[in-house]
Amino acid sequence: MIATLKQLQNEHPQYLDTAKPDLIVASLEGVNKNYGSVRALRGVDFRVHAGEVVALLGPNGAGKTTAVKLLLGLLQPNSGRARVFGGDPTNPENRMRTGAMLQVGRVPETLRVREHIDLFSSYYEKPMALAAVLAAAGLEKLSDRKFGDLSGGQRQRVLFALAICGDPDLIFLDEPTVGLDVEARRMLWDEIRKMVGRGKTVLLTTHYLQEADELADRIAVINQGEIIAQGTPAEIKAKTAGKRIRCITSLGLNTLRQIPGVTEVREDRQAVEIQAIEAEAIVRELLARDAKLSGLEVTSAGLEEAFLALTSDAATGDTAHEPNYPN
Amino acid sequence: MATTTATLAFIKRQIQRSPRHTARIYLKEAGYEFLKSLRLRMYSVSVLSFPLMFYVLYGLVLYSKDAIGGAAVPKYMIATFGTFGVMGASLFGTAAGLASDRGLGWLEVKRASPMPPFAYFAAKVVTSMIFSAIIVLALFGLGIAFGGVRMPVAQFAILLGTLVVGSLPFSAMGLALGYFTGPNSAPATINLIYLPMSFCSGLWMPIMLLPKLVQKIALVMPPYHLAQLALGIVGAGKHESAAMHWEVLAAFTLICLGVARIGFQRDQGKLYG
Repeated sequence: MIATLKQLQNEHPQYLDTAKPDLIVASLEGVNKNYGSVRALRGVDFRVHAGEVVALLGPNGAGKTTAVKLLLGLLQPNSGRARVFGGDPTNPENRMRTGAMLQVGRVPETLRVREHIDLFSSYYEKPMALAAVLAAAGLEKLSDRKFGDLSGGQRQRVLFALAICGDPDLIFLDEPTVGLDVEARRMLWDEIRKMVGRGKTVLLTTHYLQEADELADRIAVINQGEIIAQGTPAEIKAKTAGKRIRCITSLGLNTLRQIPGVTEVREDRQAVEIQAIEAEAIVRELLARDAKLSGLEVTSAGLEEAFLALTSDAATGDTAHEPNYPN
Repeated sequence: MATTTATLAFIKRQIQRSPRHTARIYLKEAGYEFLKSLRLRMYSVSVLSFPLMFYVLYGLVLYSKDAIGGAAVPKYMIATFGTFGVMGASLFGTAAGLASDRGLGWLEVKRASPMPPFAYFAAKVVTSMIFSAIIVLALFGLGIAFGGVRMPVAQFAILLGTLVVGSLPFSAMGLALGYFTGPNSAPATINLIYLPMSFCSGLWMPIMLLPKLVQKIALVMPPYHLAQLALGIVGAGKHESAAMHWEVLAAFTLICLGVARIGFQRDQGKLYG
C-alpha cells in the first residue's frame, strides 16, 4: 500500500521536516578531485533528488566513475564535499541505504551466484528475498553457477544483483550495461524503472546517449571533469537540437534574438553563435540585414552529434584519467 | 503517487544493527571466505601439499630413524614443518587475496556496501587459522600413522593450539604485505619473504646444522620463535624462555598491524580514522 503524504505526516509527525518530495539525497558541492597532477573533477556541483533517475553522461575518462566513488565515500575530494542523505557518505547508516554497482576487474570466482548474493544481503537490515533478487537480475537459471563460469554479461547482472539485494533507497550504477547485449540491456532498463516505481533513487553513469534518454529524469553531461550541461532529456535536446550558426556580424544580440526561429544567441569572442531549428531562413535574414557579415559557419547540433563531438574531443584532448579496470 | 512513495522511502530510518546481526555477518563472511579458499585449488592444494610433502620426504622417509635435540625426527619435524605450513597458509591466505581484491576493484565494492570493514579482515584471518589447523592435524595423522609419533593427547592439543595461535603474526604480516603489493606481484613477493625466512629459521634444516651467522639471523625471524615454541612442546627446544618467544611474536604482530593500518587508511583516502 502506498501512503499519502498526509497519512504519513499524521502517523509520523516527527518526520515532517524530512518528508519533503524535493529532498536532495545525494550531492557534490563544488567538488575538485585530482589524481596527482591530473584534474579528474573541477568545480562540480551536482544534485540528485529523491525518486529521480539521474544519468551522468560522458565519454570514458570524463570523471563519471570518480563522481560516483566520491558519493560512495570511496574517495575524498580535494575540495568541496560529497553528501548522501544529508550526511557523510562513509556513515554506516547511509551505506545501509545505498547500493552500488561498480566496474570491477576481478570478483571471487569460486563462489556461486547465490552465495555472493546471500553474503551481500546479510549486510543489510531488510534485504530482498533471494528469489526476488535473482528474478530482478535475470539470474534464476544461474544461481548455482560459480562466478568464474559466467559470461561477461552474466557477471554484470550479478554485480547489479549485489547493488539491489539490500533493497536500498539510493542506487549507484556505474556503466551498468557495458558488455550487455540488447536484450539484457532492455531487461536491466525495465528493472531500473521498476525500482524507481517503488520510490528508489538512481544515479547511473553511461556513455550511451540512448540509455540516458530512455531512463533518466535528468541528464548531466560531463566532460573532462566538468559538468557542461544539466537538464531534463528534453531540455538537453532543446539546447543542442537543430543547427548552430556562427558568424561575425555587426547586428546586436537583441536584434538577433528577435529573428523568428532563433532559440538562443550567445557571444563567442568576436563572433556570435545562434541556435535555431532551421538554418536556411535565418541565414537568409542575416545576409539581408548585414551585408558585411563574414565567417559564416553552419553546423548540425543534434544531441547525437554534440555528443560525438564531445567524445572525439575527449579522445584527442588531454583528458582526466580514471583508474580503468580491464574486464 | 511516485512522489509519495519516494517520500516514504526517505523517512529517516532508525537503522542500528543488533549485535546478533553483526555476529551473523562475521560468521557468513568467514564461512564464505573459507569456502572460496577451499575451492581455489591454487591456494588450498598448494598450502596443504608443500608442508606435508616435505614432512613425508624428510621426516618419514629420509631421516625417520634419527633424532634431533632429544626428539625423534618425525616428532621434531611436526613442529618445524607445522610452523612452515602455518606460515604459508597465513601469508598466502591474507596477502594474496587482499592484494588482488584491492588492486582489481573488488574491495571497493565491499567497502561501498554496509559490510562492517573489520569483518573482511577477520574472515581472512579466521580462514588462515582453519587452514593452519588442517595442516597441523594432517601432520599429526601422518606422524602417528607412519612415523611412530606418540604423545599424550594434551600435548598434541597444546602443540595444535600453539601453532594455530602462532599463525596470527603471519596473518598480520600478510595484511601488511597485501596493502603494499599489487595483484600480480603479491605471490612472488610472498615467496621472496616466505622461503628465505623459513630456511633461516631452521624450518627446513635443523637450526643447529645451519652456519653460525644464520643462527644469529634466526633470532630476528618470527618463524624461528614460533618453531622454538613448538619444539619446546615436543621436548626438542633450545630451552630459551617461552615468554620471550611469545613477546617477540606479539611485537612483530603489532608492527605488522601498524603497517597494515597505514595501508588501510591510505586506501580510505584520508590520513585519520
